[in-house]
Amino acid sequence: MVCPKCGTSNPDVNTFCEKCGAVVSKPVPVAVAHDAAGTHEHGQAHAAHAPHHAPSGFIRKYVFSLDHKVIGIQYFFLALTAVFVGLFLSVLMRIHLVWPDAKIPGWGPIMPEQYLTLVTMHGTIMVFFVLTTAPQSGFGNYFLPIQIGAEDMAFPVLNMLSFWTTFVSFLVMLAAFFVEGGAPLGGWTFYAPLSAIPQAGPGQGLGADMWIISIAIFCVASLMGALNFITTTLDLRCKGMSMWRLPLTVWTWFITAILGLLAFGVLLAGGILLLMDRQLGTSFFVPGGLVVSGVQIKHNGGSPLLWQHLFWFFGHPEVYIAILPGMGVASQLLSTFSRKPIFGYRAMVYAIMAIGFLGFMVWGHHMFMSGMNPYSAFAFSLMTMAIGVPSAIKTFNWLGTLYRGRLRFTTPMLYAIGFVSLFVSGGLSGPFLAQPTLDIYLHDTFFVVAHFHLIMGVAAIFGIFAGTYYWFPKMFGRMMSETLGRIHFWITFVGAYAIFMPMHYIGMAGRPRRYSDIRLFEYLHSTMTVERFISIAAFIVAGAQFVFLVNFFWSLWKGEKAPDNPWDCTTLEWTTSTPPPFDNFAGKTPVVYHGPYEYSVPGAPADFVMQTDPSEVHSEGHGHD
Amino acid sequence: MATLNSTLKSPADVQIGGHGPDNLPPHYWGGGDGDHGGDDEAPRFYERLRRYRMGVAVGLASVVMIFVALTSAYVVRQGLGSWDDRTATYANDWKPLPLPETLLLINTVLLLASSATLEFARRNIHQQGVTAALGHIPGVATDRESSVPWLGISIILGVAFLIGQIAAWNELQHAGYFVSGNPSTSFFYVLTGVHGAHLLGGLLTLFYAALMPLLGKSLDSRRIAVDATGWYWHFMAALWLYVYALLHFVK
Repeated sequence: MVCPKCGTSNPDVNTFCEKCGAVVSKPVPVAVAHDAAGTHEHGQAHAAHAPHHAPSGFIRKYVFSLDHKVIGIQYFFLALTAVFVGLFLSVLMRIHLVWPDAKIPGWGPIMPEQYLTLVTMHGTIMVFFVLTTAPQSGFGNYFLPIQIGAEDMAFPVLNMLSFWTTFVSFLVMLAAFFVEGGAPLGGWTFYAPLSAIPQAGPGQGLGADMWIISIAIFCVASLMGALNFITTTLDLRCKGMSMWRLPLTVWTWFITAILGLLAFGVLLAGGILLLMDRQLGTSFFVPGGLVVSGVQIKHNGGSPLLWQHLFWFFGHPEVYIAILPGMGVASQLLSTFSRKPIFGYRAMVYAIMAIGFLGFMVWGHHMFMSGMNPYSAFAFSLMTMAIGVPSAIKTFNWLGTLYRGRLRFTTPMLYAIGFVSLFVSGGLSGPFLAQPTLDIYLHDTFFVVAHFHLIMGVAAIFGIFAGTYYWFPKMFGRMMSETLGRIHFWITFVGAYAIFMPMHYIGMAGRPRRYSDIRLFEYLHSTMTVERFISIAAFIVAGAQFVFLVNFFWSLWKGEKAPDNPWDCTTLEWTTSTPPPFDNFAGKTPVVYHGPYEYSVPGAPADFVMQTDPSEVHSEGHGHD
Repeated sequence: MATLNSTLKSPADVQIGGHGPDNLPPHYWGGGDGDHGGDDEAPRFYERLRRYRMGVAVGLASVVMIFVALTSAYVVRQGLGSWDDRTATYANDWKPLPLPETLLLINTVLLLASSATLEFARRNIHQQGVTAALGHIPGVATDRESSVPWLGISIILGVAFLIGQIAAWNELQHAGYFVSGNPSTSFFYVLTGVHGAHLLGGLLTLFYAALMPLLGKSLDSRRIAVDATGWYWHFMAALWLYVYALLHFVK
């Protein structure tokens, strides 16, 4: 390498010129920000670590992009596709439940085993490819670096790889529908021994293998993403952005990443053992003495319970991964649109940590009916109820944020309030299920279905909708239509209650899960009216999602142009242009002087103080000019 | 914008979500500090180094969880029984596996040796990096690369370990212990296999690190690659000791 200062030729390994000491190494492709007052003593030093340039060419810019913003949008569109696939599957289920003999055009009647396939794939796609992807990898990737004042994630190449790995995982999952035997039917929980024996049912052959492989690939992708998020949050915060000034969205992305880091490894291990049982003849999960279709299975000595433990040790943190980012978005939006600081910021942070920590200790509440020792059941029950405490703290703090605020009922705000409502509704059935004695009756009924749908299938989705309406202006430079947003909100909100509230009732009436035809059970005949009501509501809500789709795509091209800070919000993403430039801050690293929710600060000239506002603000009334 | 009167009380009394009298937090956690200024390469290098080390540490946490899951499966399975038709009871069917001890011991020595040689490589390249900065001072000699190719030796020893593991598998198979036999054998293959897979990943990174000079990468980047991979490798060696101890003592 030739020294730019003195012209001496240096060996490639040198960082510094042997003759004059100036920097000679090739520019290091790292996210390097410059101070706003960036003058440098050695102009050459500046050139040597030149900021990474915007990529050129379609492939580099939009396909294999290293830019966290593009990757976030890629994840978002993956989740958008997945949610409509999952929605379609659920509509087919609801059609079948009220018209069991109905012939689907182009397919025919849905056989009972096909119904189970719908159940399995609906759950898998929604939990993994929508709820784990959109709130965390989608919005988190886009906004975590910006909200902490960084140029990009800590490891941009790893970020790009984690998206494309997730994409491959999704393709493999979809491919399971089209292989011989079709997609698996053992539920998204994939319990052994059904899942461990390929000949145990239609779709349990190659389809089940593809499911396991898809999930294993997804685990790897998630672990890579979690690594990135954690390192970025710890290491790339800009000057002044202490941990206690992080927006609550960043806190939830951070804690969610820790949950993912520790949980997905266990699922991966379980998946490996299951694949070995299926393909290599091991008996990790298969007990002896099984007879399938008249043929004795040779496996012996495995424990189906072991699969349950491994799966649910992952599965419970997984549902907290699904809900925590939504909570962060709700906090952010409630504060912004009430023009009030979040009530009890520190308590909110500790509550997020407590939910994350306790989330690892409650997995047994999914296994109360597995024959476990009642003392273990008691311990899990206690821990499960304990999780209600930080959740309640958060709920009260959201209400405290709203109380006497100057509320602005924009569409994102409607969704944030809807989130709180649905979180309470779905959460309240949790303590019922947390009692082992009650669970004896309620396990595997529609009461459970009501619980997790309200909290995951609606509240968490509302978190995603809230984030979408809120951040759409920043991501795409245009506003979404408020009218269409309101129509979408009200139909979905009322409709979701109409769908899932009655499910508590039929669950208590004894309606089991995963039954495809209740006509066969006389004691369930009276619930058919309710099932019809639920299905009609479901069709209406499903239809309303196309309002969202129309709003989204129409606004992408024809929406009103968005200013840099349409919501008058304080966090860092609103300080930069709309959409943000390639390196997020146009070369000027932000410096943070305030916490994230300084709204209606007495003495401030406006009703919000941006985090980067260097002026001092204080409570004395003399502060006005 | 605002002509706020700053001669009055400090903003300390209005702290909503922020803290500190001068609004800039003390240096802790290493972050929240932003840039240290753009006129010196060294702090930026150490920032990068810290970032990659942190990434490796975080990633290793997830690897630990995989082995926690496998260990708990191992322990649980040992205590279980399977249905014995003859006695019509659940009898414990765990038959402790006779480990190919000699091979495993040799492999352990190879892996520990590779860890040691990689540590020499790591320290050597750091020495080179630190002294290179002083090269412009007349009379100060910078360290040249060591005459012993420690990195290459580590790679060879790592490959030898993996070959040795496959040889151990072969020895077991010759003795009639296949993966689908007794659960003790299944676990032997799973535990050593998953460890080996992760070691292979580390090995590929070492290959890349060794090729970096040919790809024209800077000394700084090479230091980071060897350092981060070095820590990962040491962890893999410690993990192997754990797996070996588990298989040997918890029978």
